Amino acid sequence: MSTITGHSELDAEPSGDKASTGRRGDRIFGGLATGSGVFVILLVLAVAGFLLSQAVPALMDNKASFLFDRIWTVNDSGLAFGIPDLLYVTVISALVAMIIAVPVAVLVALFLTQYAPARLAAPFGYLVDLLAAVPSIVYGLWGFYVFRSYVEPLQDWMAKTLGWTGLFGGPVSLGTVFLASIVLAIMILPIVTAISREVFAQTPTTHKEGALALGATRWEMIRTAVLPFGTPGVISAAMLGLGRALGETVAVMIIVSTNPGPFRFSLFSGGETFASKIANNSSEFGTASRAGAYIAAGLVLFILTFLVNAAARIIIERRKAFSE
Amino acid sequence: MSTLTQDTVSPAPASPIDKPSSMRVVKDRVATVAVYAAFVLALIPLVWILYTVIDRGANLLFDSTWWTNSQRGMIARREGGGAYHAIIGTLLQAAVTAIIAVPIGVFTAIYLVEYGRGKLARAVSFMVDILTGIPSIVAALFVYALWVTTFHFERVAFAVCLALVLLMIPVVVRSTEEMLKLVPNELREASYALGVPKWKTIFKIVLPTAFSGIVTGVLLGLARVMGETAPLLILGPYAKSINTDMFSGFMGALPTMINQERSEAYGPAVNRVWAAALTLILLVMLLNIAGRVIARTNKVSR
Repeated sequence: MSTITGHSELDAEPSGDKASTGRRGDRIFGGLATGSGVFVILLVLAVAGFLLSQAVPALMDNKASFLFDRIWTVNDSGLAFGIPDLLYVTVISALVAMIIAVPVAVLVALFLTQYAPARLAAPFGYLVDLLAAVPSIVYGLWGFYVFRSYVEPLQDWMAKTLGWTGLFGGPVSLGTVFLASIVLAIMILPIVTAISREVFAQTPTTHKEGALALGATRWEMIRTAVLPFGTPGVISAAMLGLGRALGETVAVMIIVSTNPGPFRFSLFSGGETFASKIANNSSEFGTASRAGAYIAAGLVLFILTFLVNAAARIIIERRKAFSE
Repeated sequence: MSTLTQDTVSPAPASPIDKPSSMRVVKDRVATVAVYAAFVLALIPLVWILYTVIDRGANLLFDSTWWTNSQRGMIARREGGGAYHAIIGTLLQAAVTAIIAVPIGVFTAIYLVEYGRGKLARAVSFMVDILTGIPSIVAALFVYALWVTTFHFERVAFAVCLALVLLMIPVVVRSTEEMLKLVPNELREASYALGVPKWKTIFKIVLPTAFSGIVTGVLLGLARVMGETAPLLILGPYAKSINTDMFSGFMGALPTMINQERSEAYGPAVNRVWAAALTLILLVMLLNIAGRVIARTNKVSR
């Protein structure tokens, strides 16, 4: 504050430019700001670059097909690894998590914006946000040591009645992909809710009042005014949640038991995602080439989450163009 | 808004035309029930997790040794020892992460709000979004590729901090950006009109006005970073004894302590798992709540 009332540099030379000038302070400060921005760009490029540089040698040594062979033999005598199993478990667990989480999140967001009393909406929203504050390792502990015993009867029953579909086929493993999906769903709920809530809250009051004036019930008002307006936002929120679920490491690592037997497509089987595979074997990175195999898997995960997040952003951007 | 919508729920129609058909009323009721049920459903895991962790972990926390002793010399089958080494490790790593991430994040936000125009600004904004979505394990692998395979350094606490910096920067950028945007332009213009240079305007007017919001962002970022486990698994091997050296030796942290004790089947170790989990949740929630409380004291309101 003192600078306003006191003497600034400009007092000496009143003819100077008003805002950003060529003077030293502005050059340094603006340079720092721009430099930080450029640094962030370089950081992301460096992530991609370093992962690529470590993954390529390992991929060159790979004796198996990276995309199609379902084996993972990584030791000092040679590398033979492929990712189809990891890709399947990663994608299916995240998709099932989304199927569970998105409808609930949308309803919760509707509750917070359209139903909850105005004074309580903020504290209620904060309660849901608290879910995001629980560290993921605690989700893992709770999921495997507490929640699992409650899901097991459901899984047994589903395997019995829906087993013929293959997707729900038995036998049921100890820690299943299905259980991990439910826990992932809980973990991504806050972010999907938060973004959906934001877009629902922006619904133009005229739309809502118009619907109500025409005699719509509250639900009809939501269906005809709030939901159509919010759909692109909800889609991008779901994509961001999907990105989180794809990359979640520790909770999945704790919950899903690794598959000793042959691979099964069933949700009730165990398995490993990219992230849990890397984390499970982090102590055995040892040589650069062995680590390279895992870094190659990490690179695929990076590309996957990059695509999903970029898509989410594009949808949000496009929505902005419409609403403003 | 709420009064407006509430009027429609308890309709007192003036004429029979206004009265919704019974089918429509039923649908409206069903939707209302579903919406309330979803909210309750969403809170169940939160309450359940907190209950579980407090129920199983609170015992050890009342013991002062938990806060003052390390696990040095302890074995899984024996009761005793504390989490001091892991708490210290978690706090130290969080502090170092913040020291690196906060200036970069705040300056990036300043660039985006005050300086950035055109393609470069859009590229920075896009990259911040990408950073937001980067899985923690990928950040950890990146630092591994840089720190261990390229430079042949040891796996130490500082490497963990580097990975955490990657995860913290976007949180700081986004929250600071939001806050800077809220600072009224009139303040800046008034300052310029008095002949104050742009950088001083930002430094003395804009940043102080947005200060509490920035602090909130930093605290929320720290809360997110402290619970991260993946970087610790890859870059920060667990040690049972106290180590405060960021650049040599293994350093314990709460998530790796949980992971370590989890691999033991004995009762005392299991107790320590839940106690460590409760300690971690307490730390994270404390930061979280502190952040929200400070946010309330904000000079610029939405």
